[in-house]
Amino acid sequence: MTLDPEIIRLLAFLVGVIAFASFNAAYLVWLERKEAAHIQRRIGPKEVGPFGLLQPLVDGIKLMTKQLIVPAGVDPVLFKIAPILVMVPAIMSFVTIPFSETLVARNLDLGLLVISAFASVNFLGLLLGAWGSRNKYAVISAGRAFSQNVAYEIPMLVIVVTLVMVSGTMNLTEIVGLQMGGFWHWNILNLAASPLMPVAFLIFFVCMLAETNRAPFDMSEAESELVAGAFTEYSGMGFGVFFMGEYANIVIGACVATILFLGGWHSPFPDTIPFFGASSVIWFLLKMYFIIFTVIWIRWTFPRTTFYGLLNLSWKILIPISFVNLILTSAMLKVF
Amino acid sequence: MISLFTAEGLSGLLFLGFIGLTLAGALIATNARSLIRSVAGLALCFLGIAGFYYYLNSPFVALMQILIYVGGVCVTIIFAVMLAGSSEVNKVSRHNVLVGPLAFLVSGLLVWGLAGLALKTEWHSSIFYVENWGTVANLGQSLLTTYSMSFELISVVLLVAVVGSLVLARQGRDK
Repeated sequence: MTLDPEIIRLLAFLVGVIAFASFNAAYLVWLERKEAAHIQRRIGPKEVGPFGLLQPLVDGIKLMTKQLIVPAGVDPVLFKIAPILVMVPAIMSFVTIPFSETLVARNLDLGLLVISAFASVNFLGLLLGAWGSRNKYAVISAGRAFSQNVAYEIPMLVIVVTLVMVSGTMNLTEIVGLQMGGFWHWNILNLAASPLMPVAFLIFFVCMLAETNRAPFDMSEAESELVAGAFTEYSGMGFGVFFMGEYANIVIGACVATILFLGGWHSPFPDTIPFFGASSVIWFLLKMYFIIFTVIWIRWTFPRTTFYGLLNLSWKILIPISFVNLILTSAMLKVF
Repeated sequence: MISLFTAEGLSGLLFLGFIGLTLAGALIATNARSLIRSVAGLALCFLGIAGFYYYLNSPFVALMQILIYVGGVCVTIIFAVMLAGSSEVNKVSRHNVLVGPLAFLVSGLLVWGLAGLALKTEWHSSIFYVENWGTVANLGQSLLTTYSMSFELISVVLLVAVVGSLVLARQGRDK
């Protein structure tokens, strides 16, 4: 019996993608704690391993050895399914993300759509978990998360549509391929397509913060009022998987921002300056982690907004601007 | 007999999986005790149907099925149920004796009609497969040419729905 090499390649990539997602989820917690500590003039985790680098491992062991409690009165099926429903779509989205020209598990023509489709499924997991817990904090949190997601999905999708119009494709590899040769070719500075491109990137970034429930938009898990939001009733690894799903989603958001606006794996310098090579996975990771770093930086710098502030920002500012950008871009595409 | 460890075997297995998912989802949706579980079953069913679309060579429609039905419709239903009230209200009760037999009758008619239609239709064999069917460009073209009438009618329906919900919401606010 001979196995198709394509199947073996795909399996290897799937294992790699799951490993990448889990590794990032674990070490972003470490990064978050370190960064928060330094911003607040503390040191952060330092006891376990050099610079506290083994801390996520220890945390993982702690979470896994804890008893999984299913509280009385919860809906047991939904309660147990929900963490999986948050984590699995996040991992599925990684399948179509190109880390370099060749380093992609499956180069789908509709890659961008795959990511948005699975992102919406993962939100279903959060809602089911919140309802399944039968906890008023969890339900309030789910309600907030819902209004927030509906409000911020619109400007995000409009911006994405604008970029699809500029690129003429939904294939992530091709979108990156169009941004070759120096940082002024990246979509964020593609002023020929639309003078509002930097603003579009800003809107995308803000929407990404809101969609992943990060501060200053973390109304749905506001610790001081809602305990832990939708995860209040979860213990041990149930909580751990939810948490990993959250960080995996941040990584995906950063990946998509890198691919759409920051030229993916391309070097910011022109070909004459070979630094890590003109196109390399290192550039992709550098850009991605820079965005993640900024996301964490914002969380520890800005206070939480109010709920109405958050909804007003989306409906009264972001959505109109993103539509103006859409119309402007289509006009520019037609005229030039 | 196709071996299970070939591309055809695996895809056949996956197809059976989608059939199972759709049927199981439908059964959960109709028989679950709590409303939220029904919605979860509905989401499962939609996922299975998205799989069918993929096998019908239209990945775009499959993804849209997930994005709109699982990510949009199901999420909205769950939110509406959450707003509607406590879990006791959400317990589905079947008081009327006629509901069961009537449902069986209607679904039997539906199955009979659809099965008859499926048997009568002359299906394209795989020889008729045309490259690039079901791509986004293709769909867009047929929506704006062959099916432009239905496309515009659907937009009108959506507009009416939006205006209607606004009217309802306004009235609620005045009280």
